[in-house]
Amino acid sequence: MRLLIKNGRVIDPASGTDDTLDILIEKGKIVDIRARINADNVKIIDASRLVVAPGFIDMHVHLRDPGREDKETIRTGSLAAAKGGFTSILCMPNTEPVNDNRGVTEYIISKAKKESVVNIFPIASISKDQKGENLTDIADLVDAGDVAFSDDGQPVQDSEVMRRALEYSKLLNTLIIDHCEDKNLSEGGVMHEGYYSYLFGLKGIPSSSEETMVARDLILTEKADAHLHIAHLSVKGAIDLVKRAKKKKIKVTAEATPHHLLLNDSHLETYDTNLKMNPPLRSKEDVQALREAIKEGIVDVIATDHAPHTPDEKDVEFEKAPFGINGLETAVSLILDRLVNKDVISLKKFIEMISTSPARILSLENKGKISPGADADLTILNLYQEIVVDIDKFKSKSRNNPFHGWKLKGAPAMTIVGGKIVYST
Amino acid sequence: MSAFKHKHLLGIKTLTASEIRTILQTAESFLEISTREVKKVPTLRGKTIINLFFEPSTRTRSSFELAAKRLSADIVNFNQASSSAVKGESLKDTVLNLEAMSPDALIVRHRSAGVPHFISTFCRSPIINAGDGSHEHPTQALLDAFTIQQKKKKIEGLKVVIVGDILHSRVARSNIFLLPKLGAKIVLVGPPPLLPQEFKNFGVEIDYNFERAIEGADVVMMLRIQLERQQKNYFPSIREYRNLYALTKKRFKKTKKKAIIMHPGPINKGVELSTDMAESAESVILKQVENGIAVRMAVLYLLLGGKEREITD
Repeated sequence: MRLLIKNGRVIDPASGTDDTLDILIEKGKIVDIRARINADNVKIIDASRLVVAPGFIDMHVHLRDPGREDKETIRTGSLAAAKGGFTSILCMPNTEPVNDNRGVTEYIISKAKKESVVNIFPIASISKDQKGENLTDIADLVDAGDVAFSDDGQPVQDSEVMRRALEYSKLLNTLIIDHCEDKNLSEGGVMHEGYYSYLFGLKGIPSSSEETMVARDLILTEKADAHLHIAHLSVKGAIDLVKRAKKKKIKVTAEATPHHLLLNDSHLETYDTNLKMNPPLRSKEDVQALREAIKEGIVDVIATDHAPHTPDEKDVEFEKAPFGINGLETAVSLILDRLVNKDVISLKKFIEMISTSPARILSLENKGKISPGADADLTILNLYQEIVVDIDKFKSKSRNNPFHGWKLKGAPAMTIVGGKIVYST
Repeated sequence: MSAFKHKHLLGIKTLTASEIRTILQTAESFLEISTREVKKVPTLRGKTIINLFFEPSTRTRSSFELAAKRLSADIVNFNQASSSAVKGESLKDTVLNLEAMSPDALIVRHRSAGVPHFISTFCRSPIINAGDGSHEHPTQALLDAFTIQQKKKKIEGLKVVIVGDILHSRVARSNIFLLPKLGAKIVLVGPPPLLPQEFKNFGVEIDYNFERAIEGADVVMMLRIQLERQQKNYFPSIREYRNLYALTKKRFKKTKKKAIIMHPGPINKGVELSTDMAESAESVILKQVENGIAVRMAVLYLLLGGKEREITD
């Protein structure tokens, strides 16, 4: 079936397009983009008053499958992604068992083929069992389909291991993603260290635990001439380090999450465990610095760090609750309403950060752009639609999201993956 | 007597100066009951209170228990060691089960900050915080204020020096929130790792030098130094800590005349406080314990809605 998307405002940062155009899709690919396309035998989608963007890519998702299917599965995670406007997601390796071998990667890819409505690209761990000691078989995993490597929540502490991972990654031209945290400095911490952690009597995670690891990684990346992607950058000091590194042409990219751009540590007054994540919500000054960093291009990507947990796991003492929040279904509306509508960043910049740049960083050649021959992955946005976040309507299996009840303007209207409509309002 | 409008006592942070004064005045009227031959009034007859202690405690638990009993309330002690919590029951389920037994109040002690707040989000009963992690210990601060007022006649204008592990101390926090509301000036003292600069933003002074800080103090409040902190390198050794921060006779000489020594207990004798200082005439440590009962009677009375006339019955 051919699809013809008519009269949409097509915004494609890759080509610099921002115009009212029609898009013709055939066999999962974009075949034509012009002002007025007439074609027979097509299903027509009227996109008047809507924005048509290259499919959104979330570089940071926890699907919990295999192992913790009570929190999320490849199926439910993909449905949540589609509803959230994402056509592709990368899943982190901290499953049970860890994605540190071909078997687990093949399981994820084959299950995704059967059950997922969006593209799923697995990330393998840097070290075996995420122990930070021995490297995984990186070449074999790239061959199996992993697109990047990360020990995410259990980041490599041993600098020698990190050095070798960065060096070895060049063999495959693959990407190392690091969750930068010195575990000695953050041990036992449950929120950002500062005035509010002292006020609430909760053990802090100091900015220095992120900053020192970012500094270490940048030094190692420069020496290795490798490509490093920093996950969920959250503190001003680390932003400054990345800024300097980029000036020095070190190959580093970075992402920010919607929650780190919108919430700060003062919100923890309620001891709401849905506000507990790692890195933690930082100070107002850090939030401001992060907003500046996305404007200046120091941060390249917006990613959710979607981390589903069951209600039972979160309905406990703050210190006991697991880190992480559910993010796939709220990210786009949050950024549209709080950052785009308020002129912190332009719509084009947002699309660049959530589609064009992730595709470029991951070398996904046929994604993140709207041009003939590209994959027909498209995210259609309704900038006028007003929504109220309702966790009970989530497609995700979990509900751990702190934005319940927020009124937001702007939402995904349709998600198209490989020429197939996988979500529409 | 002005009304006390809170349903719970979760901390001092949210109380106004006038609400604090109400509690202290109410405690005043309860003080005498404990000196009677028959230490009991019928004020809370028929009320049931559960002492929900998830963390060991001698002083606070007994103090609340006696306070409840002297008001004729029935009180049940929940002991973590013999509870379902050790069988893996969640905190929420434990509390919901106890609440199903229709208590009129829950007194909660827990090692995690925010637990009384968490319980108050799903529980109908009034919650009294008896100490949550490093967060607050409101009745301790109230009894401290009561004792200071009793001994010094007023709180306004006094210099109160709080010494020790400020970072982890719920007693310090509750006092930091309380005493300045009544006009006292607080100076916090301790080694830098246990006394972050950010504490200045709470409207108190900080000083790493005990010798300097203690000069002209009206009240010296010593905190227990937890021995396990040493393993985390908050300070190098007990010996070094004692040399720098123990209250000695020599240091105490620098205080104002008639200064008092306080400690919330339990004391590590010979560490932060020598035995002779703890038992000196200036020490009001046991007075604090004694006053604790009256203060907790006042809190129970105000939250459980006893009738005023019954105090004198």
